[in-house]
Amino acid sequence: MGSNSSESGATVALSEGLQGFTRDWSADKQTFQVPWGKAMMWIFLLSDTFIFACFLTSYMNVRMSTRVPWPNPSEVFALSFGGEPIPLILIAIMTFILITSSGTMALAVNYGYRQDRAKTAALMFITAAFGATFVGMQAFEWMKLIAEEGIRPWGNPMGAAQFGSSFFMITGFHGVHVSIGVIYLSVVALKVLKGDYEASGNYEIVEITGLYWHFVDLVWVFIFAFFYLW
Amino acid sequence: MAAEGHQEHPLSIYLWIWLLLFVLSTLSYLVDYIGFEGYLRWSLILIFMFAKAGFIIAIFMHMAWERIALIYAILGPPVLLLFLIGLMAVEGDHTLLTRINFFGETNFVAQEHVTEEGH
Repeated sequence: MGSNSSESGATVALSEGLQGFTRDWSADKQTFQVPWGKAMMWIFLLSDTFIFACFLTSYMNVRMSTRVPWPNPSEVFALSFGGEPIPLILIAIMTFILITSSGTMALAVNYGYRQDRAKTAALMFITAAFGATFVGMQAFEWMKLIAEEGIRPWGNPMGAAQFGSSFFMITGFHGVHVSIGVIYLSVVALKVLKGDYEASGNYEIVEITGLYWHFVDLVWVFIFAFFYLW
Repeated sequence: MAAEGHQEHPLSIYLWIWLLLFVLSTLSYLVDYIGFEGYLRWSLILIFMFAKAGFIIAIFMHMAWERIALIYAILGPPVLLLFLIGLMAVEGDHTLLTRINFFGETNFVAQEHVTEEGH
């Protein structure tokens, strides 16, 4: 056992393949050789994957089963800046904002491991600011849809009634995730700035926060493809 | 153990993936902007979506450098969702056919854009 665990502790990782997989699962020791906080975040994200998958699957189900034509998202989410309406432009900008925030988050994790306190905190605050901008634009989108287009969870003038309920449920739940992420990021960034992790030099928490943030971006990739583009 | 979970990689990897995600997002937006239809549209949307998701998980979330035990534990269970999707697709088809059978084809007429009526 002792020699076994020290062996697998070496940095062979992926190259061990199936043998490493079997040994990690069957040996009488911890399975995941990562800090427990990170393993727990991954397992939480796995459960969140199932929640979002249920939402997207139910959306697929109601969209397939309705006799009434589905409103064209390309037109519903078009926005005009004085001239002709540009299809989906607000959603495209929101997508770019979220990807930009994912990039700054990845850099924050990197600087965290280099123990660069100031840069890590700054990049996390920038990430949170992008996240807040995203939520702001989503609030604008909701207001436009409710007040101007007359879309309600129980019906709308353009087509299938299920459009509204799917839209508000899926984007609403995602928006809540982004909002919680902004708070989470701000709290951790403040702690980084205060130097809470300076003594131990352990910036693992930044990566764990990053995992959550990248997941929020990941979910948006699927929502963008299935709800807005399909 | 701290060394195992340590994920420090050159900055250039992140910058390249970042750029790639921008390009892929632009391409998937262009699918709608240009207005591709049918199977071409759906396959392009799915290709760009999976490419983006893959890069985010593999590089930004460091999955590519994790041990295979963790990779299987996280990426394995979502495969079950394919059954859910398949079952719900069959069910959705059945519901649609039943509705058409009992209620006939749709008589829905889209209303004029509300804003144009000075709402």
